[in-house]
Amino acid sequence: MNLDTVKTAVDTLHSAGEKEDTSWILEHVLDGNYLDFTPFGKIYLPQIHFNLFGIDVDLSLTRHVIFMWLALVILVVLFIKVGKSYRNSLVPKGISNLVEVLILFVKDEIAKPTIGKGHEKFLPYLLTVFFFILTCNFLGLVPYGSTATSNISVTATLAIISFIVIQIGGMMKNGVFGYFKGLIPHGVPAWLIPIMFVVEILGLFTKPFALAIRLFANMTAGHIVILALLGLIFILKTVVVIPVSVAFALFIYLLEILVALIQAYIFTMLSSLFIGMAVHQDH
Amino acid sequence: MTFLNYGLLALSGGEAGGPLDVNPGLIIWTVVTFVVLLLVLKKVAWKPILSSLDEREKFIKDSLEKAEVAQKEAEKLIQDNRESITKAEEEAQKIVAQGRDYAEKLKAQMLEESKAEAKKMIDNAKAEIERKNQEAFNNIKDQVAEIAVNAAEKIIKENLDKEKNTQLVNKLIDELQKN
Repeated sequence: MNLDTVKTAVDTLHSAGEKEDTSWILEHVLDGNYLDFTPFGKIYLPQIHFNLFGIDVDLSLTRHVIFMWLALVILVVLFIKVGKSYRNSLVPKGISNLVEVLILFVKDEIAKPTIGKGHEKFLPYLLTVFFFILTCNFLGLVPYGSTATSNISVTATLAIISFIVIQIGGMMKNGVFGYFKGLIPHGVPAWLIPIMFVVEILGLFTKPFALAIRLFANMTAGHIVILALLGLIFILKTVVVIPVSVAFALFIYLLEILVALIQAYIFTMLSSLFIGMAVHQDH
Repeated sequence: MTFLNYGLLALSGGEAGGPLDVNPGLIIWTVVTFVVLLLVLKKVAWKPILSSLDEREKFIKDSLEKAEVAQKEAEKLIQDNRESITKAEEEAQKIVAQGRDYAEKLKAQMLEESKAEAKKMIDNAKAEIERKNQEAFNNIKDQVAEIAVNAAEKIIKENLDKEKNTQLVNKLIDELQKN
């Protein structure tokens, strides 16, 4: 089977699938190597490959990479401005007020109650992850935007970083040996200790796994529901359904704004909670 | 058929992969982006903002404590003021009462003194009157005696007749009356 044959087959499948195909929904949600500005066309992103010890590393830019960078730029510009305003005076004004509410929320409502003593060390990480996820979530709600946090690779990476922070935080407080010893609860019979140890080690990995899946699923689901509701118009091929579809889509969109905030909060909150559990093992 | 379908679609550029496909390149980019963001924001934002928040928290705490101390001081001052006002009022009342007492006493004393003076003056006057009376009486007594003596002399000298006597007596009485 040469390449031409495959290409023909693919084209056929594409054209055949177009009739009842719903892959356009997934195409909106998934990553891609172009920025979609329909109907103004698409901007294709450069493909970067390089060889590392004989392994081909694919560092091609994708939509989600671009939107993560956009979030990075937005946050850096915003916080340079806010940071400057704090250097000038103790009294916040303008956008600093809004940002300060969020910072104080992360500091006083998330980090302080869950980690307690020594939460200052983890604040930079928690604040960064909160604002990064929040910005990525909101960028997905902007027209022509794309949600980087609806990609399992992105959420898994964030969860792995969280995992590393949790483990390092626990080990720095209790020592490497003390940390693993502290994983086993007090008062467990001696013969149960090996089993408990395995269970607890598994527990360490399920926490970030849950973090990754939760964020990914929440951010994906809302978009799919919105697209499905709008898709109803074209599937049923009637204008009667337009008001209903648009109303429901609008409702889900508003819900998405809430979800964007809640998921950023939950990811930060749970990371902070796990850090607190790793740091203060006796509780 | 479905498997083949997806497999072929995957070959056509990778964009039609499933939502659970993991892209190693994206993982690397996510790590890079996140670490850069963390480092930049730590330097640009978190350190100055958190330190100034702490500073402000401390400042507000200090200010509140200071305000509390100042309030306590003010309350104490007010208490002191009130006490001293009460004391001053008492003092003033005492002074007024004292003054009144003194005035009363003075008045009584003056009244008594003036009464005594008046009595003395009256007594003096009475004494004077008495003296004058006595003097006048004495004078009259002397004069009467003289007149009587004179009259007796004249009667004795001119003891001629009864008519003449009567005339003389009448003359004397007239003289006396004139006097």
